[in-house]
Amino acid sequence: MELIQQLVNGISLGSIYALIALGYTMVYGIVRLINFAHGDVFMVGAFVGFYAITGLHLGFFPALLLAMVVCALLGVFIERIAYKPLRNATRIAVLITAIGVSLLIEYGMIYARGAQPVAYPGTILPDKKIELFGVTISSQSILILCTSIVLMILLQLIVHKTKIGKAMRAVSYDAEAARLMGINVDNTISATFAIGSALAGAAGVIFGIYYIKIEPLMGIIPGLKAFVAAVLGGIGIIPGAMVGGLVLGVIESLVSGLGYSLWRDGVAFIVLILILIFRPSGLFGKNVKEKV
Amino acid sequence: MKKKKLVGVFMSLMITAGLMVGCNGGTQNAGTNSSDNNGGGGDTIKIGANLELSGGVASYGQSIAEGLELAIEEINKEGINGKKIELVKVDNKSDAAEATSGAIKLISQDKVVAIIGAATSTNTLAQVQVAQDNKIPLITPTGTNPTVTNKDGKVNDFVFRTCFIDPFQGTVAAKFAIDDLKVKNAAILIDSSSDYSKGLASSFKKAFEENGGKIVAEEAYVAKDTDFRATLTRIKSANPEFLFLPGYYEEVGLIVKQARELGIKVPIMGGDGWDSPTLVEIAGPEALNNTFITNHYSSGDPDPKIQDFVKAFKAKYNKSPDAFNALGYDTAYFLADAIKRAGDANPVKIKEALAQTKDLSLVSGTLTLDENHDPIKSAAILEYKNGEQQFKTKVNP
Repeated sequence: MELIQQLVNGISLGSIYALIALGYTMVYGIVRLINFAHGDVFMVGAFVGFYAITGLHLGFFPALLLAMVVCALLGVFIERIAYKPLRNATRIAVLITAIGVSLLIEYGMIYARGAQPVAYPGTILPDKKIELFGVTISSQSILILCTSIVLMILLQLIVHKTKIGKAMRAVSYDAEAARLMGINVDNTISATFAIGSALAGAAGVIFGIYYIKIEPLMGIIPGLKAFVAAVLGGIGIIPGAMVGGLVLGVIESLVSGLGYSLWRDGVAFIVLILILIFRPSGLFGKNVKEKV
Repeated sequence: MKKKKLVGVFMSLMITAGLMVGCNGGTQNAGTNSSDNNGGGGDTIKIGANLELSGGVASYGQSIAEGLELAIEEINKEGINGKKIELVKVDNKSDAAEATSGAIKLISQDKVVAIIGAATSTNTLAQVQVAQDNKIPLITPTGTNPTVTNKDGKVNDFVFRTCFIDPFQGTVAAKFAIDDLKVKNAAILIDSSSDYSKGLASSFKKAFEENGGKIVAEEAYVAKDTDFRATLTRIKSANPEFLFLPGYYEEVGLIVKQARELGIKVPIMGGDGWDSPTLVEIAGPEALNNTFITNHYSSGDPDPKIQDFVKAFKAKYNKSPDAFNALGYDTAYFLADAIKRAGDANPVKIKEALAQTKDLSLVSGTLTLDENHDPIKSAAILEYKNGEQQFKTKVNP
């Protein structure tokens, strides 16, 4: 029973990692950039959701939607201002800019509202406990899991069934060739940032509902973990990010469940190191030979 | 060219933002430097307050500051030996390194005669060396770890505190669990990054086992964690009748909420680290039912001295004072009493007078210092009922 309970705990945690990891992986897939500001977009999403619920008295789904829209705009804004001018710069320059943007958002938020944490109102979603064979599942975690799954399915549909999705895949395959085929590469990249950031915003609201406490530096650790999840699954590959997130969540829960709670973060990064040694392109990655 | 311009705009935005963030901490104490260099000279006595006004445990520091300000207002009506007290506040941002530099600033720039702070043991420990080296008395209102005043069996002679120490809170909690709640086995969940949490847990364990109890599970977490479900599931499977949870309110709030979600219905108990309105916001009033804390004082205590303080505090801040408010208030009186007895605002004389404090009547109990500079006084046990703290009982040492 304890094992099943731990799996339930792990999947709830993992679905949040997976939502954030999707943004990392999409952006990496298309512009080969680790967007370190992604964890902070997640934080902004959590705060937008919080103010939408407490200030505008919106329900869960409208607040979720609003946070996604605001984060999508923020993602595009960051891309246009910080990354687009550096499109032809060295990769390290863009990477350092990403770290700068991350710090700017974090400390901008502290400047705007202070560093003290706030608590999401607990009444926004009904919280019933469901007992199944001695395993306790809260109705919140089921709803959260369903929301994450719906968003992931939606993402798959966008990527595989729509025109913009086709353009994204084309740009990720070969940006120059896509441009020659008449695809607007800049708009496609912006769309990728918008979708990835919207998912991070959704993850922020879900995190707030599930873990109650939010603060301006809350994005750092989940951001790093999601990055690990994205690499674990094979960075640039969308199903990889989902699986990577869930696997990481379950591993963390099992490690804590065995009584090594203080080793939890350590194990997460050991897994990353092992993956990088034995399968450098991740669980779902193909070995690509370097073109000469 | 357009691209370059955009980058320029962005860079300058970042630099400006950086400057603004940098200035924020400094503006709070601007304007407090008066003309005299020596805090003891002139018509005022300068006292420093090095508190957690922002950051993780900001609610402690702000509560202490409110208590201090109320007390100093009252003390200044009469003055001490004809002089008034001037309070110089610095914000240590709940960070040990900032606490050290704050203490250095108070001593070298503001020339204070004594420092009050910090709220937590860790941030107070960060100032101990500075206070000892500069021979400036340091009084922590709420730092409960024994090592604050006593290091390796040697008393830090310039360091004092207004509150009781960790072993006392842990012992009281263990006695309460066995005598009043009649439990026989307990689980402990500690914050392994906090001296405070570890101190409470070890004294709880000792007292609980001495009184015939059994510890069935000992687990740990690290401050800033947000997911405790895996650890709590493990604790649940050990079937404890009682959970001892000495930690700070941010994590404790999440732990209590997640524990109740997983169906851990047993009584949960902690120390004064729980005492913050934020705890109720995070955990929710319902999850907090059947939880207890040991605390320095309770505003529900019928003692007339306490009720007078509650009235004065409500008149100024329009809310009921918590234990941090009370200890901040008491710390100002504790120090004022010593300055009065010292006869002159000389840091070394103040230190001597502080060490001799005996039977000083304060809001949080009658205070007598023992040879380790630790007060001997009573503890209150409070119970959370629908998000409100209710006075349960008072335990004397």
